[in-house]
Amino acid sequence: MSAFYALLFTVAFLVLVIGLAKKIIQYSRVPAPLKIPVTPAPLTKGGVAVRLAKEAILFAALFRSNKWTWLFGWMFHMSLFVVLIIHLRYFIKDVPTWLVLLQPIGKYAAFTMIIGLLGLLTRRMFVARVKYISSPSDYLWLLLLIVIGLTGATMRFISHTDIISVKEFALGILRFDWQALPMDVPLLVHLFLVATLMILLPFSKLLHIPGLFFAPSRNQVDNPREQRHIAPWAAELDAEKNKIQPK
Amino acid sequence: MADFETPKFREYPVVPQIKPDAMAGDGPFVSRAEFDTDLGYPGELPENWKEKTLDKMQDLLGRYRSLQVFMDSCIKCGACTDKCHYFIGTNDPKNMPVARQDLMRKVYRRYFTFAGKYFPGLVGAVDLTEDVLKEWYNYYHQCSECRRCSVFCPMGIDTAEVTMAAREMLAHVGYAQKYSNQIIQKVYKIGNNLGLPGPALKGILEDLEEEVEEDTGVPVKYHMDKEGVEALLMTPSADFFAEPHIDGLIGYGKVLHELGITWTVSSKASEAANFGLFIGSYDNMQRISMRIREAAIELKVKRIIFGECGHAWRVAYSFLNTLAGPFDFLDQNYPIPQHILEVTYGALQEGKLRLNKEENDHLTMTFHDSCNVARASRMGNKPGGQFDIPRAVIQAACNNYVDMDSDTIKDATFCCGGGGGILTDDLMELRVKGALPRMEALRQVTEESGVTNIAAICAICKSQFTKTLPYYGFEMDAIMSVHQLVSEAIVMTGSEQEKELDGVEDEEGTKEPEE
Repeated sequence: MSAFYALLFTVAFLVLVIGLAKKIIQYSRVPAPLKIPVTPAPLTKGGVAVRLAKEAILFAALFRSNKWTWLFGWMFHMSLFVVLIIHLRYFIKDVPTWLVLLQPIGKYAAFTMIIGLLGLLTRRMFVARVKYISSPSDYLWLLLLIVIGLTGATMRFISHTDIISVKEFALGILRFDWQALPMDVPLLVHLFLVATLMILLPFSKLLHIPGLFFAPSRNQVDNPREQRHIAPWAAELDAEKNKIQPK
Repeated sequence: MADFETPKFREYPVVPQIKPDAMAGDGPFVSRAEFDTDLGYPGELPENWKEKTLDKMQDLLGRYRSLQVFMDSCIKCGACTDKCHYFIGTNDPKNMPVARQDLMRKVYRRYFTFAGKYFPGLVGAVDLTEDVLKEWYNYYHQCSECRRCSVFCPMGIDTAEVTMAAREMLAHVGYAQKYSNQIIQKVYKIGNNLGLPGPALKGILEDLEEEVEEDTGVPVKYHMDKEGVEALLMTPSADFFAEPHIDGLIGYGKVLHELGITWTVSSKASEAANFGLFIGSYDNMQRISMRIREAAIELKVKRIIFGECGHAWRVAYSFLNTLAGPFDFLDQNYPIPQHILEVTYGALQEGKLRLNKEENDHLTMTFHDSCNVARASRMGNKPGGQFDIPRAVIQAACNNYVDMDSDTIKDATFCCGGGGGILTDDLMELRVKGALPRMEALRQVTEESGVTNIAAICAICKSQFTKTLPYYGFEMDAIMSVHQLVSEAIVMTGSEQEKELDGVEDEEGTKEPEE
């Protein structure tokens, strides 16, 4: 069983990294032939960085759009971020002080994460417009994340697992020196679902993570009059057209 | 009035309930082969339509990063679901931006993603059938490509990009829209959307010269095909023909005359509009844009100035340099291209124009931000200049100005309901229903602040309002051009208006008010 999990995580990690890298390469290779930033847009690259940061960190557009979705969505994402950070202790042999200090506060992020997800699930089930656009997979993602959160919180607050062994197991995977995993049900469920999520991410709507940064509507500088923007395939068309020049 | 009900004004701006299939149907008239072949389309459904559609989808996914990213990155959060004017006006859930994108995304997932190929039910993927194509045709012609949804999308997904791609794919299998394609064909054959031939245009411009001279005593010129003038004026052909558009054109002429900028229109490129944008065709958009380059070269002008037209300004500001540039043969001291409002605003800042606001005292104005100007272009040097400059010009020409509700202006502006290739009589129901949110905001300022008129800087908005205002109980001539206000207020040097204001100099050189 431990070997299965070790193998599962090795595969999951590879699928996640390679899958995501392939998508990112695809996105960067497809040209954006026209200047289409949604305006008002920044006039400089620095401005674009700020615009994207506001979207990635604060969810600025969503805030403008719908306060409830923003609240639950932002709560979930920020909590998940904190949760991921406090999990770093399983992968770092000598845990730095700041990460140790973060643990007692950070552990409560499990609750805000679950509350956020439940809020999103409720909205998906009961707001007719959102229900209309939902596929089975949209519900399953939320359920998957909720169960990951619940099993994690169970281990943290109710039925502790042997985290020393878990850490040995995690470090073992990194060293290709597989160690035994404690056979606790919440832990096995937790880890299985996390691996599932890692494997499915590059094939799902979770591609919104790189997608956010590749949207030409947000990542382009507003300077079409000052600087001629031309994609390779458009430049070929241009050459064929043999443009009229003044005599 | 037609056989549909004009939507009622809502008591509060509540989000409408969904009414599935409220706008199901066949969509606008399908183009005929005679219009299509000129534009590079087959004009009929080919036998291998399925293969061709998917090939085109693959082609576009490889050419447009926007489409590829947007197909993947939607999280179905619902943020956009209540933002589209067509959804608000029709309640049809397929007019929610995400649902409109999903019409294509479902097919994309089925044929281009692992999940959709092997687990279609799980991720809502569907096979491409003729019914799917028909549904695309119907609902991708209920989008005005206004980009309002993209402002609110956490991923920046712009439904306009999806709509354009869908129309391009449809056109490749014989489902092009008659209205847009017929117009583009007129541009190629005659030079403008309305099909006004050169001599007719010349006649109109001469009439304008007479009219303006009679009215002001100043010989303002409205040249056509005049070589060696300073500027080429690109303006929508509606400006030559329709009300209140033509009053705007009169205004541009007066402003340019007063500033000493000589200018001409071109009979070859007598149209600023570029419907290539609406049908998502880079090729056609470029071919239409190239006329402008050619006209500028032939007429040996130094500047290109655009009149009041929303999507034309998007194509001009954002794309012209790409499509038909570089314009190194023009005077680099001016923006290329420049909007007429940038010219007027600049002159006002420098004190070069004299406006008598009292001429417009009988009006209380509000301003409708046109979608393509608001969300897809800029004016001036600062982001948001496209909002501030028109307002500054209106307020320089008129004492009474009130903005509509802040959720309905600037980058949150609601489309007039007729943009993006929708301004056709066979879509009148959609146009009237889609105008609802704008009409509600207008009603609010008419009731609360006594607004009498609404100004716009887009030929489509102006035409659309002229038709739809009466459905909502407003006068059709409540819609005005921004340069119409300028035209009313401007006091040109040596004009009758100047004499009236300053009095006439008598022989001793002292001024007396004219009787």
